Amino acid sequence: MVAATGPDPVIRVVGVRKVFGVAPVLDGVTLDVHSGETVGLLGPNGTGKTTLLKILATVIRPTRGAARVAGHDCAREPEHVRREVGLLAHESHLYEDLTAMENLVFWQRFAGERVRNDSLRAVLEEVELDHCADLRVRTFSAGMKRRLSLARLCLGRPRVLLLDEPFSSLDQRARKWLEQYLQDFAARGGAILMATHAFGAELDVADRLVILVSGRLIVDAPRGTMTADEIHRFYTLHTEEAS
Amino acid sequence: MRFVRRTWAVVRKDVLIERRTKETVNAVVFFSVLLLFVFEFTLGADRERLAAVLPGLLWLAVLLAALLGLGRTLVVERENDCWEALLLTPGDKGAVYVGKLAGNGLLMALVETIVLLLFTLFLNVDVAGALPGLLLVLALGTVGIAAVGTLFGAMTAHVRARELLFPVLLLPVLVPVLLAIVRSTEALLAGGSLGTVDHWLKLLVAADVIYVVAGLLTFDVLLEG
Repeated sequence: MVAATGPDPVIRVVGVRKVFGVAPVLDGVTLDVHSGETVGLLGPNGTGKTTLLKILATVIRPTRGAARVAGHDCAREPEHVRREVGLLAHESHLYEDLTAMENLVFWQRFAGERVRNDSLRAVLEEVELDHCADLRVRTFSAGMKRRLSLARLCLGRPRVLLLDEPFSSLDQRARKWLEQYLQDFAARGGAILMATHAFGAELDVADRLVILVSGRLIVDAPRGTMTADEIHRFYTLHTEEAS
Repeated sequence: MRFVRRTWAVVRKDVLIERRTKETVNAVVFFSVLLLFVFEFTLGADRERLAAVLPGLLWLAVLLAALLGLGRTLVVERENDCWEALLLTPGDKGAVYVGKLAGNGLLMALVETIVLLLFTLFLNVDVAGALPGLLLVLALGTVGIAAVGTLFGAMTAHVRARELLFPVLLLPVLVPVLLAIVRSTEALLAGGSLGTVDHWLKLLVAADVIYVVAGLLTFDVLLEG
């Protein structure tokens, strides 16, 4: 099953292969993500989801194939790609001994921009952390760190969000908040590629689902065409075949 | 201007974290004091012998204490993989190098002040007469050591045996700097003027420029991995 795609995708991955040592982690992955679209990237652990996100974020280079974001090649023009992309990784990218506000101030200054405290307060308010702006990150729960990481990403005003298990460690309220946030981001024309190995309500935010097994993309379908049971059946079937 | 802002951001952040955790400062200061006690016990009260080895001891104390701090330069960036976020923030990565270099320079300046004070107190050494020249040598030596230390600190940050590898890489490259600072300090403490050590100072300036430029040119590649 392959979803129909329109012209000029924000993310274009063509035949990407990534080999660590002798084992291919990604093997000929081809994928487009368009403006305003949220794509859920499903797959078991170790199947190459994080590797694909890191290639798109320019952390690592593909062994073969091409990955482009907003028309820029991830391997050849990493600095251009970095201006368009926000990566929410497994790690929070936050300094534990700085407060939430100090973290945002640092990352804004490090981006070479002038710091405006009122705009940073507004960002913290957006992620519902304004009440703990002056608390050290070390005292935050995992969910609060996740929200602060997202606030940090928003400072760069990215057009593309690459999210690695964004709903992990979030309580019900924070999940609802994140779902709404991602829907708003996509509604403003942003593109989202979200890796997950869960089948919960988080998949509801996705317009399309792609399933990655053993480094190969085996399903690419609009979210509405598959019920939760079908997704689970597909996933289990292909995972078992691969193993 | 953006480069300066980015550099300042790194320095300010590192100083703030260090002020709160005091991890590196506490270890380095304590180590410096311990070294001086060891020197005092091993050399005893023989003034002549002390005068002969004093420049070497002074810099040995500074260098050993600095090794502790310099090796930890980028360890703070490993927590929560902030290293990756530094890489992914668009802009010149040389600012990270200059920021870390400045932070290390500040740390070394603190160590040097403490070591110099303790030398005058414990070993009864009078450095007042040679102080202006000594400060210049200390400043130039600090830049050289911090420049190479910052670079190799980054290079070994992701290596499992970094505590072993760091001094092994650092010390051979620092030989010209160590030679120049020890010889200059020796001459200045013996009552010589800056004019008598100008060839060593030129070597120090040249080494500093080479190390800083090499650091700026290679740090981007190091960060990109």
